[in-house]
Amino acid sequence: MKFAQSVALLAVSLSPAVAVNAQQAGDALAELRQEVAELRSDYENRLRELEERLARAETLAGVASRDAGEAIELAEQTAIDQNSGSSAANTFNPAIGAVLGGSYAKVDNGWEQIPGFQSGGEIGPGGSGFSVGEAEVNLKANVDDKFFGNLTVGIHEDEGEAEVGVEEAWLQSTRLPAGVSVTAGRFFSATGYLNGFHFHADDFVDRPLPYQAFLGGRYTVDGLQARWIIPSKWLFEVGTEVNWGGGFPATANERTSPGAWTFFTKTGGDIGNGHSWQAGLAHTRADASDRGATAFSGMSDLSIADFVWKWAPVSGASAKSFKLQGEYFARTEDGDFDDLPYNGEQAGWYLQGVYQFARLWRVGVRHDAVDSDNGPLFIGTELEDPDHSPYRNSVMLDWSPSEFSRLRMQYTRDRVLSYAENQWYLQYIMSIGAHGAHQY
Amino acid sequence: MRFLLPIVALVAIQLAPSDADALDVFACEPEWAALLVELGGPDVTVTTATTAYQDPHMLEARPSLIAAVRNADLVVCTGADLEVGWLPLLLRRAGNPGVQPGGRGNFLAADFVRRLEIPRSIDRSQGDVHPQGNPHIHLHPRNIERVADALAERLASIDAANAAEYQSRQEDFLKRWNAAVLGFETRAAALRGMRLASHHRSFSYLADWLELDIVATLESKPGIPPSGAQLAALLEQLTPNPPAGVIRAPYENEKPSLWLSDRLQIPVVQLPYTVGATDDVTDLISLYDKSLQMLEALSQ
Repeated sequence: MKFAQSVALLAVSLSPAVAVNAQQAGDALAELRQEVAELRSDYENRLRELEERLARAETLAGVASRDAGEAIELAEQTAIDQNSGSSAANTFNPAIGAVLGGSYAKVDNGWEQIPGFQSGGEIGPGGSGFSVGEAEVNLKANVDDKFFGNLTVGIHEDEGEAEVGVEEAWLQSTRLPAGVSVTAGRFFSATGYLNGFHFHADDFVDRPLPYQAFLGGRYTVDGLQARWIIPSKWLFEVGTEVNWGGGFPATANERTSPGAWTFFTKTGGDIGNGHSWQAGLAHTRADASDRGATAFSGMSDLSIADFVWKWAPVSGASAKSFKLQGEYFARTEDGDFDDLPYNGEQAGWYLQGVYQFARLWRVGVRHDAVDSDNGPLFIGTELEDPDHSPYRNSVMLDWSPSEFSRLRMQYTRDRVLSYAENQWYLQYIMSIGAHGAHQY
Repeated sequence: MRFLLPIVALVAIQLAPSDADALDVFACEPEWAALLVELGGPDVTVTTATTAYQDPHMLEARPSLIAAVRNADLVVCTGADLEVGWLPLLLRRAGNPGVQPGGRGNFLAADFVRRLEIPRSIDRSQGDVHPQGNPHIHLHPRNIERVADALAERLASIDAANAAEYQSRQEDFLKRWNAAVLGFETRAAALRGMRLASHHRSFSYLADWLELDIVATLESKPGIPPSGAQLAALLEQLTPNPPAGVIRAPYENEKPSLWLSDRLQIPVVQLPYTVGATDDVTDLISLYDKSLQMLEALSQ
């Protein structure tokens, strides 16, 4: 009843009959003002509270109605998704992709064989002029819950006739536990770094010299591969391959079965946020029989050490990146060459760097070289050691308007033969349809 | 053989399990890693494939990721083809049957939400289009809620011993999440109808939620960098009525947005896009809070 008291006080203070001093009246007024202010703030607080409750209720109502709207849309989308899963005959079609490649080359003379090495396939810079190169068609899909299948067919022209070749035809386990996978069929060997890639994924128009000299461009296995990833924070992988086929340096005939074994190990990881690396060691032992035009029979032992290091800045927005890769090949071949006892040693290596300096542009340099020591017995044959070690230097520039297309220019200063020559290339690589990811 | 000793020792160190009891989860993007931390707490160990500064479209199946997927009990990714360029290869390389597509150990967040911008026709000439719709789903709070529900359920089914923990953490997270979202929505009323240009369609869900008006994307075709001519045309189109600003994600090329903002005399804002973009964006709530703050600053 403070209020009443105050009113009474006010009445008293106003009464002329009572003599009060000014000090007292002032105190009472201040008290009164304060109480009125308190009242007002009390009401304001209550009002604000009510307004907030109203706003919250409105928001909730809005959310509820939007949720209802979304529920309807979600139901519609589910219906759409279910309808799109109708069982047409092509529902289970595998992912189909094709790669179109072609190039224009200007080559002084070229070569089809590297001095000191038995040729293992169509190698060399080719001739001048335009060639459509190889078109490749790829099909892949899960076979069922346990297998994944992949088929790549290459079509290329040889002396006016189209030739169709099975590049890859393999199936892979998807259900084996503990980091184990098994591949069977025809596949690119896991030896070396570059061997596992399709040619269209290469950073240069042609494979480095050691690949051409030791593997005829690429080592393909017809057989089995088993690999195991050891549980670890890094990648640490071991594997083996057995080859019954004739992919160079192996031969396929009744005397050599299986023709080659490979053991490989790969390891890799990250360094900080922007760097990653991988390194590998592999050994392939081929038991060759009557290999090549001038027959070699005997053991071929090839070891490859490879590494790759990639850098991309922490901020992906800058679109720069760098890749450095190198491989070293060493081989001994022991047996008979053209019915002469033969024990030769060869080596080769390459180092290349590719720098992406703008979103669509990359520039690369490469040095590749091979060396042979076959002894003096083979002068006049393809194994005759040259006076100098064959080597090349190449630079390339490519432009990739999208993930699916690439145009490339390459210049190579070639010292494979006893004289130097110039090779110029313009190349296109286009992929249509489903295009799977490239391995690291 | 002595030279092998250091290698053996190194491998032995690497083999030592970090935390034997915790569930090993591989998250493709930081937003799902953040959600996993909320729902899994100490019961999960999360490895994240990308940072806020890496484009989740473009990644390589690099060795460390193969090793991580090989050891994972659960893989949590966006799906809707966002990771189509690297995830299938990673899964095939890792030799881990538990995390293959369709299995319990393979969780794709986009399967649980309503997706925007599902194209009516698909052709590569349209750029990097996603047949299943826009995959940048995590900037809509309802999507987070739905994914959190589904993910908590999945965690509980894989790690049944800790099912109750996952459920209680999910309830706790959603309580905090919904309270925060209520605050965001109250704040965002002021942003309604704000006109913006965006580099890529990275913020479609944010725009849908906040009712922002994305009047233009700098990439005329998704995933294909805009050419000078395209930007010039865009400049002409936007000059009569410029948007309030240009927004982009941290991993997107800054040059086109800088060029356009300079010509139009409007600010350019690098929104955090996902967790970890800046030091103060440490979880999903701070991600949303920071994004709103930056948009609010733009509207003043």
